[in-house]
Amino acid sequence: MLRTRQAFDEQLEQLQQRLLQFGTFVEAMVDKAIRALTYQDLNLAREVIAEDDTADHMDVEIEQMCMHLIAQQQPMGSDLRVIGSTMKVIADVERIADYAVDIARIAIALADTEYFKPLVDIPRMAELVRHMLRRGLEALIKRDMDMTREIIEMDDEVDALWRKLRAQLEDIMQERPLVVPQAVYLLLVARYLERIGDHVENIAERVAYVETGQLTNLAPTHRTDYQPESFNGAPGRAIQHDEGKPSGGW
Amino acid sequence: MTRPHLVHPRHVQNMMYIVLSLMAAVVVLPVLGLLAYMMIKGLAGLNPDLFLKGSQALLPAMVGTLYLVLLTAAIAAPIGIAAAVYLSEYAHRGILVRLIRLAIINLAGVPSVVHGLFGLALFVMMLKFGRCLLSGAATMALLVLPLIISASEEALRQVPQRLRDGSLALGATRWQTIRRVVLPNALPGIMTGLILSISRAAGETAPILFTAAFLSLTNPYPESLFDEILALPYQLFVMTSEMPSVPAETKWATAFVLVVLVLGLNIGAILWRTHLRRAKRW
Amino acid sequence: MSALPSAVGRTLTQTGEDGSQSAGQSVAEEAFLPTCEEVPCAPNILRPEGEIKLEARSLNMYYGSFQALRNVSMAIPERRITALIGPSGCGKSSFLRCFNRMNDMIDGFRLEGDVLLEGNDIYRRDLDLAYLRKRVGMVFQAPNPFPMSIYDNIAYGPRLHGRPDRSELDQIVEQSLRQAALWDEVKDKLRQSALGLSGGQQQRLCIARVLAVQPEVLLMDEPASALDPTATFHIEELMLQLMEHYTIVIVTHNMYQASRVSQYTGFFLMGELVEFGHTEQIFETPRDKRTDDYIRGRFG
Repeated sequence: MLRTRQAFDEQLEQLQQRLLQFGTFVEAMVDKAIRALTYQDLNLAREVIAEDDTADHMDVEIEQMCMHLIAQQQPMGSDLRVIGSTMKVIADVERIADYAVDIARIAIALADTEYFKPLVDIPRMAELVRHMLRRGLEALIKRDMDMTREIIEMDDEVDALWRKLRAQLEDIMQERPLVVPQAVYLLLVARYLERIGDHVENIAERVAYVETGQLTNLAPTHRTDYQPESFNGAPGRAIQHDEGKPSGGW
Repeated sequence: MTRPHLVHPRHVQNMMYIVLSLMAAVVVLPVLGLLAYMMIKGLAGLNPDLFLKGSQALLPAMVGTLYLVLLTAAIAAPIGIAAAVYLSEYAHRGILVRLIRLAIINLAGVPSVVHGLFGLALFVMMLKFGRCLLSGAATMALLVLPLIISASEEALRQVPQRLRDGSLALGATRWQTIRRVVLPNALPGIMTGLILSISRAAGETAPILFTAAFLSLTNPYPESLFDEILALPYQLFVMTSEMPSVPAETKWATAFVLVVLVLGLNIGAILWRTHLRRAKRW
Repeated sequence: MSALPSAVGRTLTQTGEDGSQSAGQSVAEEAFLPTCEEVPCAPNILRPEGEIKLEARSLNMYYGSFQALRNVSMAIPERRITALIGPSGCGKSSFLRCFNRMNDMIDGFRLEGDVLLEGNDIYRRDLDLAYLRKRVGMVFQAPNPFPMSIYDNIAYGPRLHGRPDRSELDQIVEQSLRQAALWDEVKDKLRQSALGLSGGQQQRLCIARVLAVQPEVLLMDEPASALDPTATFHIEELMLQLMEHYTIVIVTHNMYQASRVSQYTGFFLMGELVEFGHTEQIFETPRDKRTDDYIRGRFG
């Protein structure tokens, strides 16, 4: 039997490989940012900030690939869902890269400060969200819905760690006013990692959409126990992030 | 390994062109030759006297042939066209249609002299029309009917199906569609078929041999359907077979007039068709 | 919608010219049609909301021994554009032609099931075929204007159905041409042959010709497949305008066209209606694997 649209299939495959590369690259950025923070490594932190340009390029490149495929191949059905989802997913991945940069900036700000306690939970959270990101993109490309369940479980763990850290830091700030600046920074880092987890969850939601066409919120309830007015805007969107983003003065 | 051509295709093409055009010319030559021969032989006889004077004057015979041909058309055309419309527009493939087609084919294959005998038996004897214009025309109509039917059917087939569909889809009945779309567009083809059939009728002798034609008449111009007629082909036939006293050039001149008459009708039909085709294109 | 006197489960063999049918009837006259709930519907066949203009119920169609349609049930909503897509020979055109009975003339044609126009069986014995086709107009794949003037083309339909006087006819001609967005282009040459128009204009003329008999439904059998892109977009734009007043069913090979103009789409495959639903749903998230393969161009 004659196979139709072989060239298109190859282009789609290429697109997914590129998305996977993008994910791997951003995952490494998160890893480096957290290591820079943990080991107070200024060079590593600057490297992450420099890599943001590359991540932006990859984002633009993949978006253009999608636009070209839409214009040239007029995808329909599941092809359309794959390409549309890719365009949405790269926005999430790009956002994660931005968080990595933000964490790197905090690492630079805290490079000369002595930590009041060794960082344990933050690296652990980072380990989890990196794993989630890797699995999320893998699930998307393999269209494996079982893997998405795994991701939700890991995100629950991330959220639990975030709540725990937040409570601890609150206590510390009340008890030791001198370390409040440091604690605020670490709180932000924890918050960024938690947001990265949410972005990965968005990616995971795409798996079901690509596979079945159903647009669902994978975890509609599991974050309702925490809805602080000061932080969360619309769930799943880091509106607050822009305001809290460390800007030039940092 | 691809081997080269023994002779280059271009040369083969040129050769075939020449061979084929020569063969086509071979078809034309006898016609032209015949015409030229008749003209040379009959030139001396071609004068006004030939048409007007004597018992073998051509004018009454030409008038008789004209009447015969017109009446033949008047009888054969409605029946033939109606039959063609039925066969092409209404009939489903079935036993009846197959029978009709078989009859038409057989009718076309019957020798014209048999038509003449049949006309003698049916119209002259049985229906007691006598040997007259009507009997001759009716017999002739039988002869040309298959020609008219097949030509008309062909013309109807040429009308694109999508025009019929367009009309039917607008709520037209089949008859409305035939009347307003199919027939108007098939008319040029039907008319040329009709004229070609009639030119055939103009030249036939056998059907009128026993049914209509006389050699000489006291009243050479018929006044009713039941009058005897003179006819050009019959006149030529009798003249050549039974009248050695008539000079040869008169016979040739008569033959020439007949052939010109028939060819003229044919050429007229072709010209008319081209004209109509140019006017109506789809 | 439920209690409709008609014939159920009858077989229709050769149908004659004016709706006269010859044989093969197992008619239960005055029986009641089953309501939709009673008709078993495939899971991927949507029943559109709103008024239903045309409906096919459990349709099986045969050309001789060849089965062209297999148990097709579909409800077509009023004043919407419904597109029928599928590969060549899938039965979509045959299905379309059921609604104005253009299949009747084909040798060996046989139909089982019901075809309803506003709930009334259009294959019933006493149906006035001319009246049906006046209500359900059809536009064909290749533009087929009659070889006559533009004016006479438009006037053809009205003249079939009555004897309109001159001013009436003038008015119908202008109105129809305006509706078909052709008036401005041809108003100065109404007496000229319709065959002098471009392909796209000819097709709009054919649409105007149908509109002149004031139909309720427009069946379009690949109306733009013989036209260039600009003319195609003209026709599509025209369809969207006409949707306000007419129920439109379009058969098209061009699924992008279907996705542009229609609100509902049905996918046919080998005589079967595989999926019927909202156009966006069919083209973005088809439920059946075969639909997805077809619209993605991964067929065979």
